[in-house]
Amino acid sequence: MRVSYKWLKEYVDLSQTTPQELADKMTMSGVAVEHLEDLGEGIKNIVTGRLAKIEKHPDADKLQICQVDAGTGELLQIVTGAANVREGQVVPVALVGAELPSGLKIKRSKLRGVESLGMLCSGKELGLDEKSLAEESQGGILILPADTPIGKDIKEVLGLDDVVLELELTPNRADCLSMVGVAQEVAAVLGVEFHPPMIEVKETEDNIEGLARVDIVDTDLCKRYVARIFRNVKTAPSPQWMQQRLRAAGMRPISNIVDITNYVMLEMGQPLHAFDYDTLGGQQIIVRRAVPGEELVTLDNSVRKLEPEMLVIADAKAPVGLAGVMGGLDSEVTDETKTILLESAYFDGACIRRTSRKLGLGSEASKRFEKGIDLGGCVRAADRAAQLMVELGAGEIVRGVIDICVTSVEDKVINLSLERVGLILGIEIPKDNVVNILKGLGFGVEDQGAQLVVKVPTRRNDITLEEDLVEEVARLYGYNNIPTTLPDGPTTQGARTYGQQVHDLIRKTILSCGLTEVLTLSFSNQKLLDNLRIPQDDSQRRAVVLQNPLSEEQNMLRTTLIPGLLEVTARNFARRVKDIAIFELGNTFEPTTEGKLPVEHLTLAGMALGQTAQNWQGKPVTMDFYYLKGIVEALFTALGLTGVSYAAEKSNPSFHPGRTAKVLVKGEEIGIIGQLHPDVAENFDLSGEVYAFQLAADKLVEKADLVKKYRSLPRFPGMERDMAFVVARDVEAARILEIIRANGGDLLQDVTIFDLYQGQQIKEGYKSMAFSLKYQAPDRTLTDEEVNQVQAGIEAKLAEEVGAQLRG
Amino acid sequence: MRDQLAKIKEEAVAALEAARDLEQLNEVRVKFLGKKGLLTGVLRGMGGLSAEERPVIGQLANEVRAYLEEQLETRQESLKSAGKESRLLVETIDVTLPGQPVVLGKMHPLTTVLEEIKDIFMGLGFTIEEGPEVETDYYNFEALNLPKDHPARDMQDSFYITAETLLRTHTSPVQPRTMERLAPRVPVKAIAPGKVYRRDDDATHSPMFHQVEGFIIDKGITFADLKGVLLTFVQQMFGADREIRLRPSFFPFTEPSAEVDVSCIMCNGAGCRVCSQTGWLEILGSGMMHPRVLEMSGYDPKEVTGFAFGMGVERIAMLKYGIDDLRLLFENDLRFLAQF
Ligand SMILES: [Zn+2]
Repeated sequence: MRVSYKWLKEYVDLSQTTPQELADKMTMSGVAVEHLEDLGEGIKNIVTGRLAKIEKHPDADKLQICQVDAGTGELLQIVTGAANVREGQVVPVALVGAELPSGLKIKRSKLRGVESLGMLCSGKELGLDEKSLAEESQGGILILPADTPIGKDIKEVLGLDDVVLELELTPNRADCLSMVGVAQEVAAVLGVEFHPPMIEVKETEDNIEGLARVDIVDTDLCKRYVARIFRNVKTAPSPQWMQQRLRAAGMRPISNIVDITNYVMLEMGQPLHAFDYDTLGGQQIIVRRAVPGEELVTLDNSVRKLEPEMLVIADAKAPVGLAGVMGGLDSEVTDETKTILLESAYFDGACIRRTSRKLGLGSEASKRFEKGIDLGGCVRAADRAAQLMVELGAGEIVRGVIDICVTSVEDKVINLSLERVGLILGIEIPKDNVVNILKGLGFGVEDQGAQLVVKVPTRRNDITLEEDLVEEVARLYGYNNIPTTLPDGPTTQGARTYGQQVHDLIRKTILSCGLTEVLTLSFSNQKLLDNLRIPQDDSQRRAVVLQNPLSEEQNMLRTTLIPGLLEVTARNFARRVKDIAIFELGNTFEPTTEGKLPVEHLTLAGMALGQTAQNWQGKPVTMDFYYLKGIVEALFTALGLTGVSYAAEKSNPSFHPGRTAKVLVKGEEIGIIGQLHPDVAENFDLSGEVYAFQLAADKLVEKADLVKKYRSLPRFPGMERDMAFVVARDVEAARILEIIRANGGDLLQDVTIFDLYQGQQIKEGYKSMAFSLKYQAPDRTLTDEEVNQVQAGIEAKLAEEVGAQLRG
Repeated sequence: MRDQLAKIKEEAVAALEAARDLEQLNEVRVKFLGKKGLLTGVLRGMGGLSAEERPVIGQLANEVRAYLEEQLETRQESLKSAGKESRLLVETIDVTLPGQPVVLGKMHPLTTVLEEIKDIFMGLGFTIEEGPEVETDYYNFEALNLPKDHPARDMQDSFYITAETLLRTHTSPVQPRTMERLAPRVPVKAIAPGKVYRRDDDATHSPMFHQVEGFIIDKGITFADLKGVLLTFVQQMFGADREIRLRPSFFPFTEPSAEVDVSCIMCNGAGCRVCSQTGWLEILGSGMMHPRVLEMSGYDPKEVTGFAFGMGVERIAMLKYGIDDLRLLFENDLRFLAQF
């Protein structure tokens, strides 16, 4: 809402304040002023002048030499290139030393040898909207009305000696979508009196009864319909003062009739619509839902297909307007219109909102209906328009008003207990303060001791509860005058839940392993899954789909974190970051049956490409399968996870068939780790080996064991033995470890692989492996003999089960 | 033989002095004092001596041996320490070369800020609550006093999944969810951090971003308490000398409602580009819980009151780290992430 400071002065005394001061006070009391616009900013020393004489320039076809009377006591010679100037016109004259909003400074100059002592200005040069000007002024010098006094400051003449307060209204303050609403608020904020406009209507003798009939069929969508009839209508431009106020408010002056309806809307907040009375079939207005199949040609000359949820204004035969949104072309007021039926109605906000959205037709009027107008103000607004019709000589007013109202129009009565004010705000505000604040807002207040009975006018439809009144009191008392305290209830314990603790531990462990955390958007699309080579019937294809995505790339929710990480990797790779180690901890989404919320799975994924940091001491480590697996293992250790196993995964199409493993915990699959398939890497414009893992973090929470328990340290020395053998290449390490552990008995504490070799000295198809075994007994020092015995047992089993041949 | 002994002693002392390292010294020892050494050789020749001379020479030989052994030991000590020193000299390295690199993963700055916010509120006795990112219309809107067709729904353009489910547009739905679970128990003190979604994508909006919602419900909770809790948070987050300012605002789920500004952390309130010359930065929305919101989730607004607040994590992170482009936070450029 744009509020002209000059216009506002008509309703409240602003002599004790400045626009900036008022803006600050309004912002701090709830009606925020977003911006102050000085309409005449940059305009200096520009006055009105009459073109006394115009001659052609002797040396230039397109230039004219004007002798201008700008009230300076002498004629000024000014050369202009404009074609629309005529002798006798009054125009804006920028004198020598003048400044324009563009920053241009006017100097004495010569144009093709002829001296020029200033410049004639166009509307555009003065910062006016070209299209809002009369036709004769468009594309040329601004032609002012012939009776404009000369030598006057142009800012005064054009109403540019004004400041506009641009309000940033919250949705509840629809009452401030009107000058009188804002004025009432300003009165309360400044503690001054509010003077509403005096409305008197001079009516003619005949009566509206019998001239028209109004029926509201769908009373749920139209609560009130007020009509007035104007006769002997004469269309003409509206007066300058009205045009200036409309312009300051951001509206374009059109003609007296349209301007009056817009002016009253701006002033009173009530949208009005003027119908050409003679086009209304049966001189009847019917407010009803559209009938399926009905059409209407709207003012903008387009054919609108109407739907039953839309509210229309119809005559006896067909719709003549879309209620609150746009009028029909056939009933539009034109220069030929003789009689007008003026509509001042209250339409349902939600209905108007749906219709204007559906048709993409938003307007100042629809905006006001959507936010809710004053049900009690319809007649006053129609009367105000009637008053202006007469004042502007635009027509005569037929006696009487048609007012169909399907609900009672009464001020709301709310009891406000002073105790409640204190309980909510934490401060006792004296009763006098409270009463003054409420009265300043135009509310009726009846003092009943501890309780005030407050009458809230219909225009404040945002106030329905006692708490709403408490807010009014608080904001005008000043939020910053309320003390600052801390709650004094019982002490509460702030703590993370078990799940939250595990999430944090997962993140911290992965970070300490050197992966950097990334955050990607939760959106995905099927094309990304194509790039991951995921088959059409795979469960990852079943995604939660958005009804109204911003783009096709973001039309569903992710079912895997891998594509997001691949995109991050590719983006960094393209920016010449060659060594990448990242992870993300976030939700993936699984759709469920209709009517239920999707399941959100907390998921952990990591990705690595390239090498660890360069080092002058030796070669960096390539971040490969075992690098990432080490990180996953470290995570499991940190989480106290037991029963973890890895099984070769040869058939996941996103991954390398020979370098991928399923991750299992006690036999349940919880994730995958491996090299991404080279085709997948290529699909994301990556070259080199990209490794990734993805784990179900919610399963990790379920299976983690963070309970720590002390075990006594060994008191007797243990014994360490090595074991090396050759075995067929396809025997997995896991199988060998399993055999060793199964046959190590109670004495075997730990076994680690410390060497793996396959090459020249080893037979084709075989590999050499070396293990280190730790033996220990809690109650004695071990003897060589007993350890030898266990070693021999293990060796025998290895030979027997996997054909291991012991080496030297 | 006396002369012989004197000569051995003399030669041995010279040889000891001449020995340059422990190895040479050992050779000297073997040559003079060893089992087959010169001194032993002299003693072997004692058989030809008279009974009177034998003990005299024997004692003399022992004296020479004792003397030489003492000299040997002294010499050995000095050579040992000289050897150590020279080895240390040889072992000298360039201590200015960089160390073995240890790669530290970096936490995303938004996570860091979220953790910090959580820690501050846990210190104030708040629990951390969670809710789904895909929400029902009921919890996202209706339970927060935003019925269908409420004009305030315009403020948040939502991503819909079905007519009744959507990506949550704020973390506020955790409020009614938590209240339903706990009602009518008090006190309730909770924050709800998480991802939220709105249909906006430009230089200053990301369709996904993060919020932290917080609320307290108890007997006798006041607007003054709201100011106190938020001031405490702001001072812990941005520094003890920060001030707050509350401006009346509108949220359907609070009444009265307030926007909370913090005195600009860049200019300390003097006015700068970051605060648009106002000296204040808007960082929080807040208010007293609307009685209908309390009622809908099982609390009697005549018995208890509460307040709620919400903040944007991106905004706080950008202010804290001086990040001037929101999109950097979701681009995940490793050169950017490495800075935190
Ligand atoms: Zn600043």
